Amino acid sequence: MRGSGPESDIVISSRIRLARNLAEFPFIRRCTPQDRKSIEKMVHDRLQVIPGFNTLYYLRVDELAHVDRQFLTERQLISREHAEAEGARSVAIDNDERLSVMINEEDHLRIQVMKSGLDLHSAWDQINEVDDQLESKLSYAFHERLGYLTACPTNVGTGMRVSVMLHLPALVITNQIEKVFRSLQKINLAVRGLYGEGSQAMGDFYQISNQITLGKSEEELIGQVSGVVPMIIEYERKARDFLITQNREDLHDKISRAYGILCTAQTISSEETMHLLSSVRMGVNLGLIDDLAISDINKLFVETQPAHLQKLRGNELDTAGRNIERALYLRRYLQDRGKEHRDERN
Amino acid sequence: MKCQQCEKPATFHITELTGEKPHELHLCEQCAQSYLTQNPSGGMPIQPSLAGMLHHQLKVADTAKELAKLDEQVCPICGISFYEFRNQGRLGCPHDYTCFGSELDPLIVNIHGDTQHAGKHPKHHQQSSQDQTRLIQLHNDMKAAVEKEDYERASQIRDEIRKIEEGQS
Ligand SMILES: [Zn+2]
Ligand SMILES: [Zn+2]
Repeated sequence: MRGSGPESDIVISSRIRLARNLAEFPFIRRCTPQDRKSIEKMVHDRLQVIPGFNTLYYLRVDELAHVDRQFLTERQLISREHAEAEGARSVAIDNDERLSVMINEEDHLRIQVMKSGLDLHSAWDQINEVDDQLESKLSYAFHERLGYLTACPTNVGTGMRVSVMLHLPALVITNQIEKVFRSLQKINLAVRGLYGEGSQAMGDFYQISNQITLGKSEEELIGQVSGVVPMIIEYERKARDFLITQNREDLHDKISRAYGILCTAQTISSEETMHLLSSVRMGVNLGLIDDLAISDINKLFVETQPAHLQKLRGNELDTAGRNIERALYLRRYLQDRGKEHRDERN
Repeated sequence: MKCQQCEKPATFHITELTGEKPHELHLCEQCAQSYLTQNPSGGMPIQPSLAGMLHHQLKVADTAKELAKLDEQVCPICGISFYEFRNQGRLGCPHDYTCFGSELDPLIVNIHGDTQHAGKHPKHHQQSSQDQTRLIQLHNDMKAAVEKEDYERASQIRDEIRKIEEGQS
C-alpha cells in the first residue's frame, strides 16, 4: 500500500470482497476437475468481452511456481487458500493491483477491491460496478429470500466482507487493545491480528471486518465498519499523545533502537522485522524519525516477505538465507533513503 | 488529572466504544489494570466454528436417531449428504439452501440474526431458484450425454440451457 489516502497514519488499507457463484454449476467443493476447467474458461472468456476487463492480467494460479503463488499472496492479490488449493483456478488483476478477481476459490468468484487508507466508499463504488459488469455476462446463484448464495452459509446474502487494516501500536503498548476487541465483538465486528509463526500478533496490525452478511444492505454493512473506525483512530491517537507526553524519552528510545537494528542487522527474521518496522512506522508518524516516509515503511513490510526476497535474489532461499537477504535488503534500502533525505535537507 | 477511582495521577485514558458514544475513563496504572482485566474471557476472540454451531443446534433439536436420519439426506442435484455438509461446513450447490432449508435456516439465524436478504439484486439475470437448480441439472445431463456420445441430446440440452440463461423459460 502506498501510505496515502485518508487517515493513512493509522489505516493501512480498506478492502471489500464479494463472493459470487455461477447459477449453473455446483459449488467448488462438489465440482469435478472438468467443472473447474469449464468455470475457469467460461469466466475468462466472458471477462474478455467486458469493456476495460480485457486489460486485466490473467494468471493461471495452478500453473504458477510455488514462489510466484506466494508472491501473489504476499501482495494480497490472492488468498493463502487460493495459492495452495488444487485444480484449475486463476486470478485476474488490474494494472495498479487494486482489483483482483479470484476464480475457483471457495466460491466460483471472489472479487476484491483494495484502497490505501480509509476509503471504503470508493472501494464499494468500484466493486459494485465490477460486480454489475460481471453479472451482465454471467448468471449468479441468487435466491429470492437469501440473496447471493455462497458455499459457506457465513457469507450468504450480500456475500460481502468489508475490512479495514489498522496499525495500533500505542493501544498495544498501553494495554488497551483487548478492550477495543471486546467492544467491537459486541457490535458484531470481527477483529483479527496479523499472526506470525507463533500466536503473537505481528507488528501491531489488526483487521476489522463485518461478521454478518445477511439482513443488512451493503451500504449499512459498510457504514457499520466505517462508523467505528474513526473512534478507534481517535483512541489510538490519544494513546500516542499520552505516550509522547508522558514517556517521550522511553518512546523515542524504543523507536530509535528499532530503527538502529533495522539499519545494521546482518540477519533478521520476518517476525522481528514486522515488530521493528511497526515501531519505526509510529516513529515516522510522530515525527521522531524524519528521514523516512510512511510509504517507505509500507513498502518494506511487503518487500521483506519470503517470496519477495527470493524473487529479488532470483533464486530459492532457505530460512537462514532469507534472514540474511532480508537484513541486507533493509540495510541498503534504509541507507539509501537516509542519504536521500540528508541530501534534500542540505 | 487524577484517577477517577483513587487519588493517584491518571496515566491511562480508556475510551469505551460499546455504548452510543465513546465513554472516557481516566485511571491510574493500577486501577486501569484491574479495569482492563475485569473480564476474565479476554484475549483474542475465538469465533465459534460453523461445525460447532451446527453441532450445538442439532444436539438441542434432535435425538441421535433423528440426527442419523438427517445425516443421510442427500441433495438430488449435487449429491452432497447433510453429514458431509455438517463435517466440512461447506455446501455442495445452490439447491442445498432449499433442500436442507429446515436445518439451515436456524443456523443462518444464529450466524446473521436474520433470514431475509436486504442488499443488492442481480440486474440482468433474474432466474428463479427453480430455474437455477434446473440449470445445474441440465449441465449434469449434458455431461452424461456427451460421455455417452449422444451429441443430439447434448445440443438439445444446450438450447434449453441457453433459453433459461436468457430468461425465456
Ligand atoms: Zn487509581
Ligand atoms: Zn446440492
